[in-house]
Amino acid sequence: MATAAPPVQKTTIPFWRDTRILAILFQVLFVVLVVGVLWFFYTTMMAGLRQANLLPSFAFLSQPASFSIGESVIAYDPSNTYGYALLIGVLNTIRVAIAGVILATIIGIILGISRLSENWLLRNVATVYVEIVRNVPLLLQLFMWLALTQTFPRQQDSISIFGLIYLHNRGVTMAWPETGSDFGAWVPWLWLGLLAGIAFYVVRRIQFARRDRPGVAMPQAFLLAGAIVTIGYLFVGLTNGEWPLSLSIPELQRFNFVGGIGLTPGFAALLAGLVIYTSVFIGEIVRSGIQAVNKGQREAARALGLTPGQTLRLVIFPQALRIMIPPMTSQYLNLTKNSSLAVAVGYPDLFSIAGTTLNQTGQTVPVIMMVMAAYLTVSLVTSLFMNWYNKRIQLVER
Amino acid sequence: MATEVSQSQTRAPQPGIDVPGWLRKNLFSTWYNSLISIVLLVIVFQVVTGFFQWAFTTEGWIAAASNGRLILVGRYPAAELWRPQLALALVGLLLGLSGGVWRGIAQALTIGFAGMMLVLTALWTQLPPANPPAPLTTELVLVGIAVLVGGAYAAGRAGGERLRWPIIAGWFLAYPTIILILQGFGGTTVPTNLWGGLMLTMLLAVSGIVLSFPLGVLLALGRRSNLPVVKFFCVVYIELIRGVPLITVLFMAQLMLPLFLPSEVRIDAVVRAVVAVTLFSAAYLAENVRGGLQSIPKGQVEAARALGLNVVKTTLLITLPQALKAVIPVLVGQFISLFKDTSLVAIIGLLDLLGVARAINTQPEWLGFPGGVWRETFFVVAVIYWIFSFTMSRSSRQIEANLNRGAR
Amino acid sequence: MSDSSEDIIVCENVSKWFGDFRALHDVSIRVKKGEVVVVCGPSGSGKSTFIRTINRLEEHQQGRIIVDGIEMSNDIRNIDAIRREVGMVFQQFNLFPHLTVLQNVTLAPVWVRKKTRKESEQRALELLERVGIVEQALKFPGQLSGGQQQRVAIARVLAMDPRIILFDEPTSALDPEMVKEVLDVMKTLASEGITMICVTHEMGFAREVADRVVFMDRGQIVEEGTPEHFFTNPRHERTKLFLSQIL
Repeated sequence: MATAAPPVQKTTIPFWRDTRILAILFQVLFVVLVVGVLWFFYTTMMAGLRQANLLPSFAFLSQPASFSIGESVIAYDPSNTYGYALLIGVLNTIRVAIAGVILATIIGIILGISRLSENWLLRNVATVYVEIVRNVPLLLQLFMWLALTQTFPRQQDSISIFGLIYLHNRGVTMAWPETGSDFGAWVPWLWLGLLAGIAFYVVRRIQFARRDRPGVAMPQAFLLAGAIVTIGYLFVGLTNGEWPLSLSIPELQRFNFVGGIGLTPGFAALLAGLVIYTSVFIGEIVRSGIQAVNKGQREAARALGLTPGQTLRLVIFPQALRIMIPPMTSQYLNLTKNSSLAVAVGYPDLFSIAGTTLNQTGQTVPVIMMVMAAYLTVSLVTSLFMNWYNKRIQLVER
Repeated sequence: MATEVSQSQTRAPQPGIDVPGWLRKNLFSTWYNSLISIVLLVIVFQVVTGFFQWAFTTEGWIAAASNGRLILVGRYPAAELWRPQLALALVGLLLGLSGGVWRGIAQALTIGFAGMMLVLTALWTQLPPANPPAPLTTELVLVGIAVLVGGAYAAGRAGGERLRWPIIAGWFLAYPTIILILQGFGGTTVPTNLWGGLMLTMLLAVSGIVLSFPLGVLLALGRRSNLPVVKFFCVVYIELIRGVPLITVLFMAQLMLPLFLPSEVRIDAVVRAVVAVTLFSAAYLAENVRGGLQSIPKGQVEAARALGLNVVKTTLLITLPQALKAVIPVLVGQFISLFKDTSLVAIIGLLDLLGVARAINTQPEWLGFPGGVWRETFFVVAVIYWIFSFTMSRSSRQIEANLNRGAR
Repeated sequence: MSDSSEDIIVCENVSKWFGDFRALHDVSIRVKKGEVVVVCGPSGSGKSTFIRTINRLEEHQQGRIIVDGIEMSNDIRNIDAIRREVGMVFQQFNLFPHLTVLQNVTLAPVWVRKKTRKESEQRALELLERVGIVEQALKFPGQLSGGQQQRVAIARVLAMDPRIILFDEPTSALDPEMVKEVLDVMKTLASEGITMICVTHEMGFAREVADRVVFMDRGQIVEEGTPEHFFTNPRHERTKLFLSQIL
């Protein structure tokens, strides 16, 4: 552009009164102060560490960890390196976080809707539950869950819940889907279903756009995909005589359970604590999200003759979702960060393995830096995503 | 008169309280509501009866009961117990005065506080006598404090508006005064590693808010500053702290703080925890205050500048007072989460309320109890946590409602 | 009256950019002591931006602004001195909602002029009396009507004894029945010899009170003149178009 601002006019002002110079001076002073303090900390620390012969280095990462880890997603052996052990920690954190987020969301939505129910008893039971759970520290709840798992009987006398879940002093064993030997034959069907669903959705959307008419394509797309996958499942199962995916139900043998999936007491306690604590907050978000949707919207939908269920599903929930997603994300982040309390219940998450590493190697600074960087990455990536999402939503609203 | 009659006629007829009608409307309106109601009734009945059966038959209460002092003040020496009692009395005095002057929520809190003193007294008389017996019995002190609160309340009502600023000044001075009382000065001092229980929990939470307040406000102002360097530093600090779990900050303070300082400077675990909680809380406080600052229209600053107020005066007289008032409920919310989050210091081995509970569970006396005494101890501690955070969240909702009413 | 030493505000080729957008384009104007100047023009013409440069709520990038003999520059001493001399009344009143009416009026005298509280309160009550709302002195702004709030805002400005008052669309946010009470106060001020620059769409006010009317469009002063000349015999097409739309 030819009309760009010209350079600032020159005037003779003593520098201590010039706003621009003052701004720069103040910032320089600020930087000097901050860097000075940090430099002081740094030099003191390095001097101390040098004396203790513990200069920070990342060399320990490739040394054998030589401690065992109670449970891991991928194979681990004490002869593996510290770096590998920390990776196990990351995977374990991700494992509990994913399970926690899914379960907390489901329970949270149920709680949120219950709090708004027309049923007096349901509404009040949900309220009492929420008020109890959210006013007691998470760590105390985790300790309670852990102590509870320790009161479970021996495996032989397991407490059975409908024969699908067994509680015992080694943790929890429960039924879990298991892939059969013919799972490979079913995989093409899964792909087919997925592609068909997407194709259907895209085609319908284009049709709607062309005819300039509103329409819903998502449920039908899911239905189509589901149908294809089911047909494939039946086809593979009936032709081969073995189902590609089946529910493996735990059975008590002489000494232990066979089949199903086993959760350690630590994992079970951590998951229960995180899910119950977080779901209460998610429930409150769901409740206020639904309440925030304009009352007029509700009345308009009812006036159109939609049933209460349809109103909730088609009109209120889609709008409430938009309000709910930012606070929901921060709850998911909270859950992930809170999963570091695993150290108190003996579940080997990132933080707890880092603690062991730190004790054994004495490399305080590198280990703490690495752990913080790991959590920070998750948080920053999530908030970048959220910024992107919010911008997108704002564009749609315009 | 005519209008009165027509008004009473236009009002909808009040449905009478009719039990079957109420039940049908609220519990059995549809088949699935009926199903939910019945299932929930069974569950609630089971839980409530189960709870009472346990509560009245278990003998594990003795563990919490005989450790009353540990729960309240930790391993604080018996001979120095007058210090926390004095601190409690000071809080009671200020609360009573505030309740008298402001009424409303402060009054409700005053009544709650005095009531709690009396309940504690009643509980204390049920406890086995202290060993060695304290010079002033705790019951007497508690009743004394309750009376003091009542007196202060009356004085507050009598004094009225005149006492407003002295009381606010009193609250500001209360924190350093209490720290000084608890620590002792001159001759005897009580090292902070002996502080514990509910006292430590409260102290950590209050320190977290009070000490992080100036830092948090500065960070919030810095983040909105138009000086890029200052803004950058504040954003980095806030996002860094908010991105990591509190436990990592606590560990960092425990392990790295001693490294950062010259070896002559020794700081003990409680102070390190306070530092961690303060640094952590400041980042969250900054974001909350920033929210308040953002809610202030730009015109406020412009009007102040146009009147000739400089940047500092504009901030102190115009923007900050409005922003802080707007975020009071949020700050109470933050205090509640901080109050609960301080329980994490139990992981680094401090004897806060939760740490004390764990310590009690492992005392050898209770090994004989079938299944241990954890249910009872944890229950007692959970109830203490619950009472405090529930009361605070209710008060904050009340404050919010009052503020909204004032804004209209 | 043509003596240039009587000019209390001198703007020479003032220009201002918002990014690539040139909001002010070589604006030059001289305002004499005691003069009442009305600035009008379509929305987005730069009239608000222009008066906001006079007390540095907006920074100009080119040209000179001299207020009461003080050059507007990056010198904070000059900026502060000018702001003490120049009062501003805003469209949205911008009263401080956390302070009472009385505190709103005494704030600047106490903190900027360093007057005693007692002295400023006395003066504040006089001024509130003058704008006709002394009985509301202990209320908060939120409890007043828009017209009352704007009169408080004027009293707040007067408390600093400014030599110049800038009005930025002072009646645009008011309900129609409240416009008159504010305009009446402004008319009194004009008759008392305070220098005033008003951005306003109140053409009746301009006709009656203004010494000079300035028409701005696209960041430039298109036309200026006495109200009589301006309303009866505008020279420029843009002025004519504007007047035909607004009258």
